[in-house]
Amino acid sequence: MKDPVNRRTFMKIAGTSIGVGALFHVAPLLGATPGGRRIAALLGKKNGEAPTAFSFVQLSDTHVGFSGPPNPLGTQAFENAVDIINGLKERPDLVLFTGDLTHDSENPVEHADRMRLFQKIASRLKVPLVKSVPGEHDAGLDGGKLFRETFGETHYSFDHRGVHFIALDNVSLARPNVGPEQIAWLKKDLARFPTTAPIVVFTHRPLFDLRPDWEWFTGDGDEVLNALASYENVTVLYGHIHREHTHTEGHTTHRAARSLIFAFPDPEAGVPKKPIPFDPQKPFQNLGLRVVNEPGTRAGSTPRIQEVELTLREYAGTVGVQQLLKEGVSL
Amino acid sequence: MKYARIFVLVLFSILGAIARAAGQGEEPRSIAITAKRFEFVPSTITLKKGETVKLVVKSEDVTHGLFLRPLKIDTDLTPGETQEITVTPQTAGTFSAICHHFCGSGHGGMKLTVVVE
Repeated sequence: MKDPVNRRTFMKIAGTSIGVGALFHVAPLLGATPGGRRIAALLGKKNGEAPTAFSFVQLSDTHVGFSGPPNPLGTQAFENAVDIINGLKERPDLVLFTGDLTHDSENPVEHADRMRLFQKIASRLKVPLVKSVPGEHDAGLDGGKLFRETFGETHYSFDHRGVHFIALDNVSLARPNVGPEQIAWLKKDLARFPTTAPIVVFTHRPLFDLRPDWEWFTGDGDEVLNALASYENVTVLYGHIHREHTHTEGHTTHRAARSLIFAFPDPEAGVPKKPIPFDPQKPFQNLGLRVVNEPGTRAGSTPRIQEVELTLREYAGTVGVQQLLKEGVSL
Repeated sequence: MKYARIFVLVLFSILGAIARAAGQGEEPRSIAITAKRFEFVPSTITLKKGETVKLVVKSEDVTHGLFLRPLKIDTDLTPGETQEITVTPQTAGTFSAICHHFCGSGHGGMKLTVVVE
């Protein structure tokens, strides 16, 4: 009998915007059928850990220490984001920060203070695991020295519930590059996985050419994507562009999260690259914290205004980690 | 009379050859560009399609970058060094060259407008 499980929908990562970043659901779809359970068992052997359902959140570009006209509220959006995540019904396993945790400073002491303030706010997250990569504002001036002292390595990998997570640093060389040493490390890291392994890369800049003349690219991104090309389930989460964006190329889907400080305009709108001006009436609108009118409890009462709307929209159904098993793999 | 005509023709031929040789050795137009936090000076340069131009570029403070993919410019600018970059634009238009070596808070807005007529 033909296996009832559609292998291309074995596992899905569906992203839901929660107004502060993106909440991702990783859902293996196999458990209900004997064939599915056999596939899960096989993957457990191959990957070292059988995939199980979980969710995680991506946050980006908090720019702790930034103060200026595009956002005079400083860390307020970041702190709101922490509250929202802590209030989620489904507690995420993991929060990923995709760079520019802090705003740069010429003064190393001041920059260290900003990193500590970031840690203080992030420590309120009630999640088991918090991981991050640097952005150029964290690591561009000192080659990542302070970031490493504060947060640890700027590139690394780990496994979580059957998904392989890879942190890539494309900022510490000061130029938008990953560099040959890290690419060699990446190839070695990937070599132990079957091409069907679900992989989530998180980094700061896009690995593809989104707008090179806005520095929205990675110079050697092609080499990284070539190293990932034979893997069939790759999601790249990134920040830097301060707005949502999705780009699919081959088996790899790039997803950008919004910033928690200010937004940049649509790169295809034909406008200059300048922060979208701050609107004191809607201070979080471009950061994704939407204003929602809720009906009052009494007739004639003024609708209550919330700054946050959850579950704004689904990115897609089966996207991201589309496939865990190669077509034609014998079980 | 006949010899005089031949003499004039030969003379013009020689002068023409000398003029062509001199033209081939002519230095391309040179444009000086200085990078500093967080701007390029001048902020706009104008080139002509098909004209070879030498960009003489330097940084006067920290390390900057100069990146313009349509003209295949991709270099770091180290303080104390002057670089000569020869370009011959083939496409008319307005392009943004950027600093792609992170140089501080205003780095993201540091650009050089290149107009190719």
